[in-house]
Amino acid sequence: MVDINSGDTAWVLASAALVLFMTPGLAVFYGGMVRAKSVLNMMMMSFAALGITTIIWVLYGYSLAFGTSQGGFIGSFEHFGLANTINEVVGADGHKIPTLAFSMFQLTFAAITVALLSGAIADRSRFKAWLVFVIAWVTLVYIPVAHWVFAAQNGAGGWIVDRLHALDFAGGLVVEINSGASALALALVLGRREGFKQIAMRPHNMPLVLLGAGMLWFGWFGFNAGSALSAGQLAATAMINTQVATAAAAISWMFYEVFKIGRPTTLGIASGAIAGAVVITPACGFVTPLGALLLGLIAGVASAWAVSLKFKLNYDDSLDVVGVHGVSGVIGMLGIGFLATTAVNEAGANGLFFNGGTQLLTNQAIGIVVIAAFSFTVTWLIGTAIAKTMGFRSSKSDEVEGLDTIYHAESAYDIGGNSNRF
Amino acid sequence: MKLITAILKPIKLDDVKNALDAANIHGMTVSETRGYGRQKGKTEFYRGASYSDDFIQKVRVEVLVADSNLNTVLDVIVKAAHTGSIGDGKIWITNVEEVIRVRTGERGNDAI
Repeated sequence: MVDINSGDTAWVLASAALVLFMTPGLAVFYGGMVRAKSVLNMMMMSFAALGITTIIWVLYGYSLAFGTSQGGFIGSFEHFGLANTINEVVGADGHKIPTLAFSMFQLTFAAITVALLSGAIADRSRFKAWLVFVIAWVTLVYIPVAHWVFAAQNGAGGWIVDRLHALDFAGGLVVEINSGASALALALVLGRREGFKQIAMRPHNMPLVLLGAGMLWFGWFGFNAGSALSAGQLAATAMINTQVATAAAAISWMFYEVFKIGRPTTLGIASGAIAGAVVITPACGFVTPLGALLLGLIAGVASAWAVSLKFKLNYDDSLDVVGVHGVSGVIGMLGIGFLATTAVNEAGANGLFFNGGTQLLTNQAIGIVVIAAFSFTVTWLIGTAIAKTMGFRSSKSDEVEGLDTIYHAESAYDIGGNSNRF
Repeated sequence: MKLITAILKPIKLDDVKNALDAANIHGMTVSETRGYGRQKGKTEFYRGASYSDDFIQKVRVEVLVADSNLNTVLDVIVKAAHTGSIGDGKIWITNVEEVIRVRTGERGNDAI
């Protein structure tokens, strides 16, 4: 048996737990943003996604994403049911970790990515249809994309990481652009909520939103610094870059609002934090802290502007998955093409500002276009197939009444309700 | 007997209650309510999208008084609820045919 590096292993195990915490964090973040009548449904979509994705991951997800590459496009069935993973190791020499630690870490990425999509279709999706969608989307979209970008196998693995050589440290393509493009497709398939742009659909609980944003910020250290898969310099760089970009975007979004509407809002600073964590996700292991600062400042303003597009273009991406994850994900991926330096990560490359020429920038752009087109197309096909067969959209009356009592036989709050009467 | 209904700023509720207490009026009914008059609603912003709320939070205070007490009580309420700014509220008076205390069955002024 090969010796494992216990320090690296401890960090990856801890990181897996940190990233797992992000999916309930997302449920809280999203739950606060929807109306009181559908908050449980919103949170339930994340929790159900976490459960279903775990089952898929153990059965065939890990195997197809990280098994031996078939021409760079998909893994294999060698790890079906997590076979051939017990007492095995992965990682560079001297940094070996148990394969199961790596598998658990990657599982948490798959779960939160599909959960992110629920924000695009808040308040109006049939719950049964969502469950079917999660199975189809993880299988047909997440697993192939994760294989292309994350399954490095000495030049013979996923085609984006091993042939195109686009850089994505922790999931700018796999998580952010993937979810952003898919969210747009899903919002188009389901259509707008009843009363979109006509009635006020303000967040029903801002303290919940801020709590969720805090949980995501905290968990993101596992997401980004854990992606070093070792407990050393690279993880430390990724961690401080994550903090710097997240903080910078929170502040730049806040000032954007001060100029635009005259007030700094709590939803603005929380959304900015998420945009900053998103923009640094692909870049955290390739850029300097000053590079992270620049990316964060840009992302906060860009996403603050982008969330207004849905009202102009008339699509109801209810909780702004496209504007936050899609837009800041693209900025982060392109930012690598300018700001990456091998002084931070020898396994990376030099961007345009570090005498690396335009090659890296071109690779990044190709990666963005391919993933966005693939995710949008396949998600649109899955969504349309579900809509045409079992129906994806709730009935108008269910949507108006609120999905919590209709689908879950519960309501979130009992203020002045029956149990207070006696 | 009269019923005084006062729509007031929530922040002035305690002042009104204490002033009435001091004036020997013990008892009122309070409810939370929303509305608008000359004071316009307010606008909130969420991710840059503006949401106008046309109705403002108010409290409705209802007090039963004997006819002889009416003007004293009105003066007490107006004085306690007054800030001078827009949105201080409104008070109106209605005639009451009968008042009954449930516990004792007393009627009229004795029941107030």
